[in-house]
Amino acid sequence: MKRSGWFSRTALILGLGFLYVPIMSMIVYSFNNSRLVTVWDSANSPTLRWYFELFRNEQILSAAWLSIKVAALAATGAVVLGTLAGVALARFGPFRGRTLLSGLATAPLVMPEVITGLSLLLLFVALEQAIGWPQGRGMLTITLAHITFTMAYVTVVVQSRLTGFDDSLEEAAMDLGARPATVFFRITLPLIAPAIISGWLLAFTLSWDDLVIAQFVAGPGSSTLPMVIFSKVRLGVSPDVNALATIMVLIVAIGVVVAALLMRRRERRREREVQAATAANL
Amino acid sequence: MSVQGGRVGRRLVVAVPYLWLLLFFLVPFVIVLKISFSEVRLAMPPYAPLLEWTGDRLAAIRINFENYSYLFTDPLYVSAYLYSLKVAAVSTVLCLLIGYPMAYAIARAPGTWRSVLLMLVILPFWTSFLLRVYAWIGLLRNNGLINNALMALGIIDEPITMMQTDFAVYVGIVYAYLPFMILPLYANLEKHDPMLLEAAADLGARPITAFLRITLPLSVPGIVAGSLLVFIPAVGEFVIPSLLGGADQLMIGRVLWDEFFSNRDWPVASAVAIVMLLLLVVPIMLFQRFERRELEERA
Repeated sequence: MKRSGWFSRTALILGLGFLYVPIMSMIVYSFNNSRLVTVWDSANSPTLRWYFELFRNEQILSAAWLSIKVAALAATGAVVLGTLAGVALARFGPFRGRTLLSGLATAPLVMPEVITGLSLLLLFVALEQAIGWPQGRGMLTITLAHITFTMAYVTVVVQSRLTGFDDSLEEAAMDLGARPATVFFRITLPLIAPAIISGWLLAFTLSWDDLVIAQFVAGPGSSTLPMVIFSKVRLGVSPDVNALATIMVLIVAIGVVVAALLMRRRERRREREVQAATAANL
Repeated sequence: MSVQGGRVGRRLVVAVPYLWLLLFFLVPFVIVLKISFSEVRLAMPPYAPLLEWTGDRLAAIRINFENYSYLFTDPLYVSAYLYSLKVAAVSTVLCLLIGYPMAYAIARAPGTWRSVLLMLVILPFWTSFLLRVYAWIGLLRNNGLINNALMALGIIDEPITMMQTDFAVYVGIVYAYLPFMILPLYANLEKHDPMLLEAAADLGARPITAFLRITLPLSVPGIVAGSLLVFIPAVGEFVIPSLLGGADQLMIGRVLWDEFFSNRDWPVASAVAIVMLLLLVVPIMLFQRFERRELEERA
């Protein structure tokens, strides 16, 4: 086993290199003064020039603001709906239509985005014709579309967290006379809180990142950040996009590291509590 | 077991996400199907209704198969479908070949390293997909980093054309989807009992034999899950081929996009989507069966 280890270890190192070289190159070149992205202007670099240009770019700033609003709303909606679906699938046993619900809940995970985008747009157009809502297309339709495709992720995360626990705690509470709503808020919800938080973050990121679905359901005058980036990079490489990428990578990296540290601390504390509890029982 | 909820509460918990998914996920497909049978029209929305009142309580149903016959007679569409399937299949195999040893190494790494390595694999997944694809333009261009480095080293005299080729599309897809392959594989490999391999070694099996006869068969569920997670979305991929690929061979996602946004032919775009969906029905159902089994195993 040890002898065969070198192969997979080499593959891991090369693979991680493959994953990170492109990201690193964006970061390095975001400090390059030259407008020709791949020519390093060593006389005037490193420079923060593109970062300043980025923060003066009204179009990018307003698109980023729209993306943040959409992502926050969509993630919140997705968490509510996804948690309900996840709880139903994990805890309600067999009920009529369960198979269809679980199918509908996981299909958006793999559905090609062009199909989801096109079908949602056609729905919005048909709805507007039939009942006059949603009027036109813009932030509302993007948010509705994003709730729909991100809630699948929340459902899966919540469902798998819940199936990891048996329902003895909930049953005990019921036996002690707690009402169903109380059981949910006092026991189930705290149990799945980590899943809900990671589900929200995942939904936020997916919404923040989405280009294809947003492009289909957005109206004129409502461009999200990926839409603006896409129309920029389609024309060629532009250095301020490198600066934007660097900022986004930095935020995500800090977020992931902090989340990992917090989670580790939580786990340690729980382990200590469990140890203390068992020691007290002995 | 019915632990949660009074009867009304329980119904509500099921009904709210159910209605949402029916309205925003299932009904839209019915509409796409409907519009794929209608005629294109210069109006807003740009398609003719299937059911039209012709006065005097008479309705005419106009079902039009032309969009579909168009798809199968114009070689552009057939070749785009075949090309997309090929690109997705080859990318899936490449992801598997690269991702499997990586997942294996992470699963075998000592505990503290394992979470760090896993985080390194997940981190790119949290950063913008679009920007990560865009990064490859800077690397693959004629005056990009790779060509500049190779020329500086004297390995080549003239830049190799990599942008707008199949090669660039493969690099982009493998790069973007690799974490989707690694994560289910890791989740599977991590569960394996090391005692099995030790027993095999004690009985005189060489490591490669033990791998082929124990680890590989046990990891089939991870392989299938990871492959489907890469293959299905890759068939309809739009961003990667339009940023890195050439204009001579189009993937079907891009064809759909152009039909919709450039030609404004919604009925043909719908027909393209329906045929793509038919091609993907079997893999999608396979994926769902695996998801369900995975969750039931944990319960």
